[in-house]
Amino acid sequence: MIEVVPSEGGVVPAAVEVGLVVNGEARRLVVEPRVTLLDALRERLGLTGAKKGCDHGECGACTVLVDDRRIYSCTTLAVMQEGRRVTTVEGLGTPESPHPVQAAFVEHDGMQCGMCTPGQVVSAVALIAEGHAGSEDEIREWMSGNLCRCAAYPGIVAAVRAAAGGAS
Amino acid sequence: MTSVGTPVPRVDGLLKATGTARYTADIPFEDLTHAVLLQATIARGRIASIDASAAEAAPGVLLVLTHLNAPRLPRMRAFAKGGSAQQTVPALQDDRVRFAGETVAFVVAESQEQARYAAMLISVEYDEEPPAVGLHGDAYPPAKVNGQPPDYRRGDAERALADAAVTVERTYRTPVHHHNPIEPPVTIASWDDDGGLTVHEAAQGGVHMMRLGFAEALGIPRRKAGSIRVVSKFLGGGFGGKGFMWPRNILPAVAARLLGRPVKLELTRAQMYTSGGYRSETVQRLRLGADRDGRLGSIVHESTSTGSDMGEFPEPCAQITQMLYACPNVTGTHRLVRQNVGVPTFTRAPGEGPGSFALESALDELAGELSLDPLELRLRNYAETDPEHDRPWSSKGLRECYSEGAERFGWSARNPEPGSMRDGRWLVGYGMATAAYSSHTWPTFARVRIRADGTAVVRCATTDIGTGTYTVMAQVAADALGVRPGDVTFEAGDTRYPFAFPPVSSSGARSIGPAVRAAALAVRTRVARLAVKDRESPLFGADAATVRAIGGGRLARADDPERYDTFVDVLERAGLGHVEERKGYGVMPFLHSTASGIAPWPVGPLLRVATRPFAGRYSTYDFGAQFVEVRVDPDLGVVRVSRVVGVYDIGRVLNPRTARNQAVGGITWGIGMALMERTTTHPRLGKYTSPNLSGYLLPTNADVPDIDVHFLDRPDPLVNPLGVKGVGELPVVGVAAAIANAVHHATGKRVRSLPIGPAELLG
Amino acid sequence: MRPFGYVRAESPEAAAALVAGDLSAAFVGGGTEILNWLKDGLADPALLVDVGRLGLDAVEVSDGGLRLGSGARMSDVARDRHVRAEFPVLARALEAGASPQLRNMATLGGNLLQRTRCAYFREPSFPCNKRVPGTGCPARDGDHAMHAILGASDACVAVHPSDLAVALLALDARVEVLGVHGRREVAIEDFYPHAGDDPRRETALRHGELVVGIGVPSGPRARTSGYLKVRERGSFAFALVSVAAAVEVVEGVVRSARIALGGVAHRPWRVRAAEDALLGRPLADGSVADAAEAAVRDADPLPGNRYKVAIARGAVRRVLEEIGERG
Repeated sequence: MIEVVPSEGGVVPAAVEVGLVVNGEARRLVVEPRVTLLDALRERLGLTGAKKGCDHGECGACTVLVDDRRIYSCTTLAVMQEGRRVTTVEGLGTPESPHPVQAAFVEHDGMQCGMCTPGQVVSAVALIAEGHAGSEDEIREWMSGNLCRCAAYPGIVAAVRAAAGGAS
Repeated sequence: MTSVGTPVPRVDGLLKATGTARYTADIPFEDLTHAVLLQATIARGRIASIDASAAEAAPGVLLVLTHLNAPRLPRMRAFAKGGSAQQTVPALQDDRVRFAGETVAFVVAESQEQARYAAMLISVEYDEEPPAVGLHGDAYPPAKVNGQPPDYRRGDAERALADAAVTVERTYRTPVHHHNPIEPPVTIASWDDDGGLTVHEAAQGGVHMMRLGFAEALGIPRRKAGSIRVVSKFLGGGFGGKGFMWPRNILPAVAARLLGRPVKLELTRAQMYTSGGYRSETVQRLRLGADRDGRLGSIVHESTSTGSDMGEFPEPCAQITQMLYACPNVTGTHRLVRQNVGVPTFTRAPGEGPGSFALESALDELAGELSLDPLELRLRNYAETDPEHDRPWSSKGLRECYSEGAERFGWSARNPEPGSMRDGRWLVGYGMATAAYSSHTWPTFARVRIRADGTAVVRCATTDIGTGTYTVMAQVAADALGVRPGDVTFEAGDTRYPFAFPPVSSSGARSIGPAVRAAALAVRTRVARLAVKDRESPLFGADAATVRAIGGGRLARADDPERYDTFVDVLERAGLGHVEERKGYGVMPFLHSTASGIAPWPVGPLLRVATRPFAGRYSTYDFGAQFVEVRVDPDLGVVRVSRVVGVYDIGRVLNPRTARNQAVGGITWGIGMALMERTTTHPRLGKYTSPNLSGYLLPTNADVPDIDVHFLDRPDPLVNPLGVKGVGELPVVGVAAAIANAVHHATGKRVRSLPIGPAELLG
Repeated sequence: MRPFGYVRAESPEAAAALVAGDLSAAFVGGGTEILNWLKDGLADPALLVDVGRLGLDAVEVSDGGLRLGSGARMSDVARDRHVRAEFPVLARALEAGASPQLRNMATLGGNLLQRTRCAYFREPSFPCNKRVPGTGCPARDGDHAMHAILGASDACVAVHPSDLAVALLALDARVEVLGVHGRREVAIEDFYPHAGDDPRRETALRHGELVVGIGVPSGPRARTSGYLKVRERGSFAFALVSVAAAVEVVEGVVRSARIALGGVAHRPWRVRAAEDALLGRPLADGSVADAAEAAVRDADPLPGNRYKVAIARGAVRRVLEEIGERG
């Protein structure tokens, strides 16, 4: 149990130490409890792949995997994820050695401005693992937690289908 | 061998898909401070008192600016008058509140969390006054509409209406729309020791325009504007909302100067609704008069949108009506009604978007009155020449768009009787509409450098807003140079690069493309000149002007392609690390002379040039036809778009992959406009009710059906040397009307107010 | 958001004790709701007590039915084979909610404790009787397309946003609550207060009481149940209207039924008159139409949300027809 950190004059609870396994690497960081997982990744760990689009769990740009499940990193606190495995888009692949889903997004042009793309990619990786890539309609429904204002949706669906091995 | 026209994959695709592409908010900074805005919670009145002491005492807080202590800032020059601003009134200058969401304090702290919390500690008391809300008040004519007079008249539309055999008179309404890119606007300002300012800005390509804006706002003389650098490498969507200087852009630079540290301001989603413009609501009255055969004798299109004391942007709804159909008598008018809601601005497909909803819905209603097929009605009024300016089109493939679209869609299967087509529980409806958009050519410069290794780098200060500029411009340069597109790097988004206008009004390909091509041809010619003077070159003695590029970075004699030289060899023998040329396109002479990028901003003249191309000899527009199938659940009032076919004449297609993606995106904007997007304002309090993404609904993946996009891909040789027109906005135009028409076909119910949902169909 | 302390509780009892002893403390489970309250200034606890790792996430099956841990994630419950086969209304309501990412985070307990999405409630600079009694209700003279058509009070016309709660109402579920004085069970019917009460009061919970589980009786109706959510876009949107129904048909006639509506009232709204219209009759066109009509008989819409009455009527009919078709 984490101790309640005595706050000075009841105003400012001190920062707490949080341990995360981020993209396979054990990381320790000291953050105030009010810091979201998204802000911890972006501002403290320099992992800016996950984007802040709405900060309210309404757009999906901040999607990451926690213990292999896709979540919005903007609506959870870093401290709540103590000890968990966090995978960001950077942990899936690199430009030199992309994940098959990342390669498929390029091949099927599932992006325009690219701001939502990291979230889309992470979400797609999870969707395929969940077994929700059975049909185009199923992909559309299960990718609906990731908004794309440029609306590269048909390319995204094609990329997911191809990466899931369902391209025909 | 040519790359243009082929579906080259996005060169920055992997950077984006791996999270490696750095958007403005991702850029790391030493010693960075974080700012937040505090915004007015009333729509009109005065700040009676503002107490920032608790905020100033909060941990980590470095600075709190209010109207009581902020440096004096000048009123900005309006974009329409050659400036960079839509809202000309700067923030924090007095105690007046002109709209809900106006900035009343600017807080800077060590961390984002600290700044946000401190803003919550500021207590503001207001003396409220009743705000002006809605389009009910006195209407007045704007000074200009897109550089044109507010009223347009050809013939005598009123008299022709009175004489018409058949008339339709209807009023259509569209709501406030917000751009809502996924990336919130971000500004990071830092001053160096020499007084130079660098601003990393999520800007829609107007880095040079913003530089002038910063100079104006910060009291830096124009001749010293070169000390300001604006950088914008990746943009997470703009759609018009990041195209200008707004008060929020200026404050970080002001604070950074006071603090001597870099300041970063990232807007919240809610703040985006009041800090970067929006598309005004519109009320549009349409009156059509026709003979019994459906030939239009008269159109009157009267549009009203939101006005403001802080700046003026009339939504130019009626302009499409002035040019779209062969009709001898047309009146188009634009009026404004002052409201306390901030200044509207360009939003994807400005004017044509909402304007076509009204016009193309009214035509569908006229087709119904005449018992005429809606497509046939449009063909009977086909404009062979531009009726507005009485001159030929540079190109117009609209007739082919209609026929190709109808064929692909299966339009002939449409039973004209509303409510007659079903699929199980669903009512099925077909609808169509015409699309047209006046994409622009803006002055643009590019610099092309051939390096010793035979690769090339192209530099231009535009920004790739997601359209594929990095990819497509590499293709254009590659073809002009005679190299592979992979050997060309396109660099953008920096005032250190040659001047470019913001990529707005579908201008990117047609403005940047010819500039890049011209610069590439020029540098190629320069290499050829080196070669023909070089005794060791196979090209020695040839006429440099006739030397041809034969691919692979090789230049050959016109009379003997076997005798060639290479960029690499020419440069090596000449002992040059690189060769470079810079060219402009679409540029007026006086801009040529001051093309450092800090030239005066002659927007008024530019607009006239851009909308009256070819010295008045031709009119150029993008054209298209939209066909839509909807399914309506009559018990639940739910509408789903099940099929869309869009066929477009955008001139030559530079890259079918990126162009198709943009078209799909535009159509989806039309779906959003038709079925879900709407910002509502409280009628008494004058405040937006849902400044978020759960109340303002954007289309999700589940809302977008199969979309069949087809381009005629017919180069327009008159418009520019590449033959390319514009693709960004055209596919939005007409979609909302086509959907409304399809809903009417499915249900017999005509909805004249967007969006169309259960409330409209069952209420 | 203001600074706050954070503590991960060791047991449900310890969590309840911590919060009960501190008026400025609050529970956090998945975080998807309360983080938005904190960011938007709807709540400012000084201490968050994390109940996300207390082992409250079990999905247990017994002869009597189902027991769902309050910490179970929406997605895990929706995916559960037994739930899908035996409690279709529950699985469907869960999958109709939010998005895949949110369903992976949000707990059942937190879902039941969502606060209204009324735009005026959610933005503290609007007056709102629910947030600050006596300040007025801007929904009445503003946009209220999303607001209540049933059971609203003069003070408040907000609607409850949960899909899950509507399904649970059709299943006669019971909410298990733990407080410093021990456990108690509250019928879902009584978990949400009725109209006329103080609009600030949203649940039967007292400060410091923790939802630890949800009991769902298997009963004769659960398997023949269904859920329909009508929304403005294809996915990831709150309900305009939703309907949960569970019907027991014996020898060709309806022996018992539960019908509940979502998106229409400040709480999930059971429509007994609609249930009664089915009793003793075959689940067929006539009875279904009567039930749909009865479901909205008491509707009292505002000028801008009359359409919801029509949707509710249509949605009740549609759900009952689908249950009938499935047999």
